[in-house]
Amino acid sequence: MRAWTAAILAGALLLSGCTGIEPWLKPYERDRLADPVMSFDRDPVSTSYLDHVHEAREASRGAAGSAGGGCGCN
Amino acid sequence: MMWRTGIVLIIAAGMVEAGVLPEERADALYHYYDGGGVEIDGPSLLVRKSVNEKVSVSASYYVDSISSASIDVVTTASKYSEERTQWGAGVDYLHEDTTMSLGFSSSDENDYQADTLNFAISQDVFNGLTTVTLGYGSGSDDVSKRGDTDFSGEIDRHAYRVGLTQVLTRNLLMSLNYEAIADEGYLNNPYRQVRYVDAGQASGYGWQGEIYPNTRASNAVAIRARWHLPYRAALSGGYRFFTDDWGIDGHTLELGYVQPWRDRWMIDVRYRYYSQNSADFFSDLFPYADAQNYLARDKELSKFQSHGPHLGVSYTWLDQAGDRPLRSTVNLVFNHYSYSYDEFRDVSSGGAVGAEALYDFDANVLQLFISVWW
Repeated sequence: MRAWTAAILAGALLLSGCTGIEPWLKPYERDRLADPVMSFDRDPVSTSYLDHVHEAREASRGAAGSAGGGCGCN
Repeated sequence: MMWRTGIVLIIAAGMVEAGVLPEERADALYHYYDGGGVEIDGPSLLVRKSVNEKVSVSASYYVDSISSASIDVVTTASKYSEERTQWGAGVDYLHEDTTMSLGFSSSDENDYQADTLNFAISQDVFNGLTTVTLGYGSGSDDVSKRGDTDFSGEIDRHAYRVGLTQVLTRNLLMSLNYEAIADEGYLNNPYRQVRYVDAGQASGYGWQGEIYPNTRASNAVAIRARWHLPYRAALSGGYRFFTDDWGIDGHTLELGYVQPWRDRWMIDVRYRYYSQNSADFFSDLFPYADAQNYLARDKELSKFQSHGPHLGVSYTWLDQAGDRPLRSTVNLVFNHYSYSYDEFRDVSSGGAVGAEALYDFDANVLQLFISVWW
């Protein structure tokens, strides 16, 4: 547990200290990331259907799709 | 609980950058599945609309019309048809760089009813280069059995999700997702049977109802990446590891390539491979009746592999700029799957008891849909 606590605090401190870190991409350098070919989930209705097809026939479940959200490309 | 505390700390430590609401769009999809004696088709609809700059709402509707003569059905029951209908509604609220999402969905069929509530909070940090998402889902299922009004079962489900999407370079995106799910209640299929050796039967075996534990806890972690090639196309890759306390480990691997063509076309080619081992209490043939406290002969809980290609073609038939932009695509997606089982046998194939041919089948899946953005 002590190792976990240390790791979490280290992560939080790293991020809280990031006011001094410049984002490594300027907005104008994100054009390729904003391209639809880079979308993790371009067609949500199709993705959720295929997730359903897989989940109905496999024991695995969860962490499907791109629950992590956006790509920071707007 | 420690990891959740950690993520809250990490979110609180983030920097501020304005997020965006999901885009306004509508999708109308027809799906068709044919494999292993099962045919399923139906529509799926999704509409997402912004109410103002901070709030977006969505509604969905989905139908599975099922006609089943699957291996389970032909072995121990008779062919059946049924329909499952699912609808959902959701709202997204954007506050600066934070998006909160609340969604509800309800699924109905004649012997199964399921309600699910999902909540997620997403935070952009590092000027939008990193997005962290926390989610929680709660589900409640009611299980009944056709022809047995005295039977009823219930399931409570809880899902905990953590996601991270990271811009690594101007050409490379990565996402990492973790999900823990805990179920409690009646987790069997009330119709499915397990097989055991019974020398008193002419076939050499008998059948009894399956018995599952009444709890299941699973963990899944997935990593995905997309790489923009030097020309306008992208490569994608993903791997998911799954493990649960029924003894099942699963591995999913996916590779893909997306290529736009002549402005209006988009070709999407993927390959998916899946493998899992069997649950601790799975057996194709138990040595005698009530051989152990938990009994399963569900092929989805057995050791198997599946793999196959995915081909998607999208055509932008409407692309109107101006004050009221309007865009629409028509899409065709085809998937093929080959399933091969290492322990589950096809008892209809004949042969000595316990030495029948191993089961396998192929499935074709088709989706045709229209998407509109405005």
